Order: sequence, then C-alpha cells, then structure tokens
Amino acid sequence: MPGPFIQDEQIDSARAAAHEVTQPVIDFIHRHSSVSVERTVLRMFGMDGAGQLGIPLANLMVDKLHAAKVLHKGAAYWYGRALQLGARSPLDAVERLTALPADKLAPLSPEREGNLREAVRQEARAAMGELHSRVEARSALRAELGGMPPAPHKYVIVATGNIYDDVDQARAAAQAGADVIAVIRSTAQSLLDYVPHGATTEGYGGTYATQENFRIMREALDDESKKLKRYVQLTNYSSGLAMAEIAWAAAYERLDMLLNDAMYGILFRDINMKRTFLDQYVSRRICAYAGIIINTGEDNYITTADAYEAAHTVIASQFINESFAHRAGLKDWQLGLGHSFEIDPHRPDTLLLELSQAMLVRRCFPDAPCKYMPPTKHKETDIFFSHAYDVMADLVAIWTRQGIQLLGMMTEAMHTPLLADRYVALKAANYLYKAARGIDEEFVVREDGKIAHRAREVFGRATELLEECRKDGLVAAIGRGRFGDVKRTETGGKGLDGVFERGVDYFNPMLEILEEKA
Amino acid sequence: MAVREARQIIRPYGDRRDDGVIQLSFTLPVPCTERAKEAALQLCQQMGLKDVKVHGMEKAADSYTLFIVYARTEATVDYAAIKIPEVVVHKMGFDELNAFIEKSVGRRVVVFGACTGTDTHTVGIDAILNMKGFAGDYGLERYPWFEAFNLGSQVPNEDLIARAMAKNADAILVSQVVTQRDVHKDNSRAFIDAAKKAGIHGKTLLLLGGPRVDHKLACELGFDAGFGPGTKPSGVANFIVHALLQRQGKEKLGQLFEGAHA
Repeated sequence: MPGPFIQDEQIDSARAAAHEVTQPVIDFIHRHSSVSVERTVLRMFGMDGAGQLGIPLANLMVDKLHAAKVLHKGAAYWYGRALQLGARSPLDAVERLTALPADKLAPLSPEREGNLREAVRQEARAAMGELHSRVEARSALRAELGGMPPAPHKYVIVATGNIYDDVDQARAAAQAGADVIAVIRSTAQSLLDYVPHGATTEGYGGTYATQENFRIMREALDDESKKLKRYVQLTNYSSGLAMAEIAWAAAYERLDMLLNDAMYGILFRDINMKRTFLDQYVSRRICAYAGIIINTGEDNYITTADAYEAAHTVIASQFINESFAHRAGLKDWQLGLGHSFEIDPHRPDTLLLELSQAMLVRRCFPDAPCKYMPPTKHKETDIFFSHAYDVMADLVAIWTRQGIQLLGMMTEAMHTPLLADRYVALKAANYLYKAARGIDEEFVVREDGKIAHRAREVFGRATELLEECRKDGLVAAIGRGRFGDVKRTETGGKGLDGVFERGVDYFNPMLEILEEKA
Repeated sequence: MAVREARQIIRPYGDRRDDGVIQLSFTLPVPCTERAKEAALQLCQQMGLKDVKVHGMEKAADSYTLFIVYARTEATVDYAAIKIPEVVVHKMGFDELNAFIEKSVGRRVVVFGACTGTDTHTVGIDAILNMKGFAGDYGLERYPWFEAFNLGSQVPNEDLIARAMAKNADAILVSQVVTQRDVHKDNSRAFIDAAKKAGIHGKTLLLLGGPRVDHKLACELGFDAGFGPGTKPSGVANFIVHALLQRQGKEKLGQLFEGAHA
C-alpha cells in the first residue's frame, strides 16, 4: 500500500460524507422510474427484437404506455396484461397492447391482478435464472483458464466501426498480450434513446453497441482465450440514454466490464441528472448481479478542467461514485474507479505529481481495481515523444498497482489506433510490468516530501468539496460546475421527459429480484 | 524576358545532406517469416525506394508482422516553387492585445465556438475558448476584451449560427475532431452551406480547427482560416482581431498581420 500520507479516520469521514451526499438521490430513485428502466424490464422478458423501421419492440411498447399515461404501473404489469390477452410472443404482446385504446387499459379485479403479478414474477425469476447461469458459464471458463493474471490488467481499445474488423483487431491485440478489449462506441450513441439492433458494419469513431455485436465479440474472445489458454475480458459502454438496457444486453452476452459512471452523462453528454441517476442505479444493480466490473469516468474531469488544479475533484467524485455503487449492491472488487495521467507535461515535477495522485487513489480505495487512463489531452503529433510519455504512465501504473490500465497509443490525437500501435504499446507495458513489479515495496515514499505533501493537499481539497456537496447537495455542486468545470441544472439536459413517478401499485419484478439479491 | 526565380532543390536529410534517407514502419497481414521480410522489401522497392533495409521485423500477432524500414528516396522537390497560404500573425501578448482591442475596435469582440455535428470531443474548442486555455496560454474567456461563448459538443451547425447571429458575433469557431471517413470535411461543408443560407458567409469570420485541419483545407472548404494541432488561444485571438479590423477597412493587409489570404 503506497503511503499512509493521511489518517484512516480522515478517509472514513470522507467516505461517510459521500454516503450522506448520495442519500437524497437514492430516496428520489426509489420513488421514480424512467422509460429506459422500463425498456430494460421488457428486454429481460426477451423483448430484444425490432419492429418496423428497425425500432426496438421495447421502445414501441414503452412509448405507447408512456403516451397513454399508464407507465407509472410499470411495464412489467402491462406485459402481464398482454399475456393475459393471449399474446404468444413479445412481438405479439406489443401488437396487442399498442392496438388497445387507452380506455381498455382499466384495472382488473384484485384477484386477477394478484394472479397476473404472480405469473409475471415467475417469468422474471426464470429470466434472471437464465442470466445467472450464463454468467456462471463465463466464470467457469475464466476459472478453467487459470483466472486473471496479476494486475494491472492491460486494456486496449478497438474502434473500426465494423464489428467484424473489430474482431480481427481484438484477436491480434489478445495475441500481443491484451487482458481487456474495449470496443469503442460510435460517436453520439449515448444520445440515442434506444439500443440499435443487430450486427453493424458502419460507425463513426467506433462501433455501435448492440446485443448482437456484444455476442459476436464475446464469442470470438472465448475462442481466442481458449487458444491462448488465458482469459481475455471484454468491455463496452453502459452510459447515455440507454444505460440500463445496455447493461442488460452486456450482462446477457457475458461481458466482463462496463464503463459506467453515476455522473458522466450529466456532465459530459448533457443528459438530465434525474434521468441519469435513475438509469445508473438500475444499470449498476444489473452489473452487481452479473459480476461485471464497472469503470467510472473521473479521468474525463481532468481532460476538460486542468489536471493539476482539478485533481481533488477526481478524488471527491470517486467517493461519490463508490457510494452510489455500494448502494446499488456492487462490491469493492467491482469498482474500477477512474483516474488518469493527464498533468500538463510542460510543468515541472509531473512524474512526482502523477505518482502522488495515483498513490492517493490507491490509499483511499485499496480494494478497488482502479482504472488508470493514459495521457490524451496533451498528446501532440510526435509519436516518438508520445510513446515515451505513455511509458511513464506504465511505470506509475505498476508502481502503484492499478487494477486496470488503459494503454496509451502513440497516435492519440491523430487517428483511431493502427494494429501496430496497440502492439507497440503492449510490448512496452509488458516490459515495464516485468521490469518494475515490486518497486513499491523497495521504495518507501517519505512523509515530508513533495509526493506526500501534494497527496495531503489534494485530499484536503477533496474533503472540502465533499463537505460542500453534503451541505448544499449534489445538485447544487453540479450547478456550480464543481466537477469537470461543467454546470448543469436539475431540469436541464436531455431525457427528462422519460422520467416519471412510480405509482403506488408500481410493479417491477426485475428490480425486486436485483434488490433482494444484494 | 521574365527573371527565373532561383531553384531550391531539397530532399530528406538523414545523416548527411541530400542522402534522401527516410524511415517507414508498417504492418503486413502475414506471419513473421523470411518470406514476409522479402515481401516488405519488394513493397518498398515498388515505392521506388533505393537501398531498402528491412531492419526490424517482429510478430505483432499470429498473422501480422510489423516492419521498421530505412531506405533512400531519389525524389526531390523545388522548395522555392512552393506557394502555400499560411496564417502569419505577429503576435501581441495578453495585455497588449486587450489594450489594442480597446483602442482599435472600441468594444468587446464577440466569439462563438462549438464542436458541431455528431462529434462529442470538446478538447479542441475548450483549449481555445475556456478560461484556462492550453499549454499555459490563456483561453479567450480570460480576455476582458473578448466575449466568448463555448457551446460545447454535438451542436447542430444551424444552432451555432443562430446563437451567434443573435449576439452579432464577430467570429464563429468550428471544431472538428473525429475524422473517420472524412466526416469532419462533410460536416464543415454543411456548416458553410448553412452560413451561406443564413447570409453570414463573407461577413462573420468563420474559423475551422482540429487535429486534421490546416489553413489550406479550411480555405478550400470556404472558411476564412484554419488552425491545426498545437494552435494556442493567443494565436487565434490575434488572428480574429486583425482579420476583423481588415474586414472593417481599419487595417491594411500585412500591417500588423500577414493575413490568411496571403
């Protein structure tokens, strides 16, 4: 463990403050739901197809219920009603329900109502049971291949836009030593209020996240893992307006990790905060159930704000993200709390400052597999310097034993990585990990030096920010631009019209199972 | 008879003047074998390269091999014959420029910026506009004599133009970071079309920035100037002020500033 620097009691009190910060939000979450959450419930019942014009069936049905102002009872309830009308398939259920005039959606007798709920609960238990066995199969394969190697796990991205090209590049990266493959999403997918359908071969800056694309990639990596006799993990993005649905699709297709942050959508995609808080909760419940490691996005704060000035916002946000995660049933081993090597290299002492920050993160979250991101903001076009710059991040990662390290690409700021860029990055990280493993045990960081002093200063400012959030509320703090220099309001941003208050008879058997499991 | 300009023939400089040495690295989709090495060699020879030396060959994956090659090119270029427009600014410092705006323009210069289209990357526009700036160089928000509005990312071109027109903006900055399949060019063309439709093309200063943007490309697309990687906010600030004064007829080309249209 790098450094004490700060007292355990100080960390405990920061953690307690963060837990108070998230309490009012959790109270809000338990009284509300969103269209995306309800679509997730329908997907659990197997409604993963698409209707006319490629519109997902889950969207067709939820939009109809929302327009008829009856969604407050929960989509699962109406799914049950469709079954009672004699629906034989998800498509049939949607067609029957959307054909009904609003006045035909009147309540049933209490007895029929109770029977309906029990029947739907049974179906939900079966669906969640199936999910559980799929996750078990993944865990079994991982165990059979000897588990995961010691951390940091080397994480690289593929981003061709074509899932079949992504497969070729992912296999090549795995052969060169990658432990985790991330398929970057197509630009702007986070603003789609649905999950696209089927295998896709066109995307901008990345590949669409679809359930079929997840399946194709995981199947290829299973095959490659068996060949290499080493399990290769797969990750994607559970963020944006379809955050919870993506979590479901990813869990079902046995993904190992998901980018998932409690506030990222609010700050960086201008998605409404109520909507984001609701969707992140349900997506995290699914991750908790499916043994998925989440990766949070604090690294983004210091690509918009200055990394030196805003270092404390990363720590404060990590405590908040951790609290939201715990409240959704995630365990510490599932918390890939994000941070990064982003201090302007034109400054002096940056290696010391980066070590300080990385050590502080590990000091605060010793049992979390923290996710370390490479430099991006200050990357220019000299690939030779970029490569050396990335290697410094490798050194900090092994020194401070980060859980997951996203490897920097020397062509960052130019184009999506070439196959050789990943190879060169993996070769360098393999070298550094081999060369420097255990360096933390050889050198003790002095308590009166620059590293410790900086860590105490950053932690102190993080504590002040958490205190401000506790006193004035998270909404007010976000409104002041405390995180990432971005200001957002409670009623601003996209997707608020998809938020609604749960009725007294709200029915969500998926959430019942997820909440009782934890 | 016209006087012929002196020629200036140049070629790559490796370790000696005019040795023509260049370095290449590329990947071939075949396993790492002697046959692969010969393939790399022949490929370089077909490019017209001489003295091809395939120095590095390693397995990047089961069926991919990475090569590091050094070779000589006999190609030359007459540097004197190349004419390329460049944004040349005799830069004033932060205080000097603010004082200059106060004196010459007499009011705050209004600037709007955004990363338009589907692009989600704010890193470029933030570096130029945000208070903190980039590499120790303050952003336009910090200049008291600039009024800067950063609308962020994924802003439709028409929205940016409408917001800018509502405030009588002097300049609009468009940032384009994602370049896959030339989406940055398509979106930039769409911006210019929208600007023409709104009647501000040729009036409001239109600037394009991004990692794959240069001044030549921006001018070809119909912008007034283009700024590529490494651009500092102060460079953009100086450009805007002088270009604005030129538009207003208050400053001649090349007075304090050798303009974009040189």
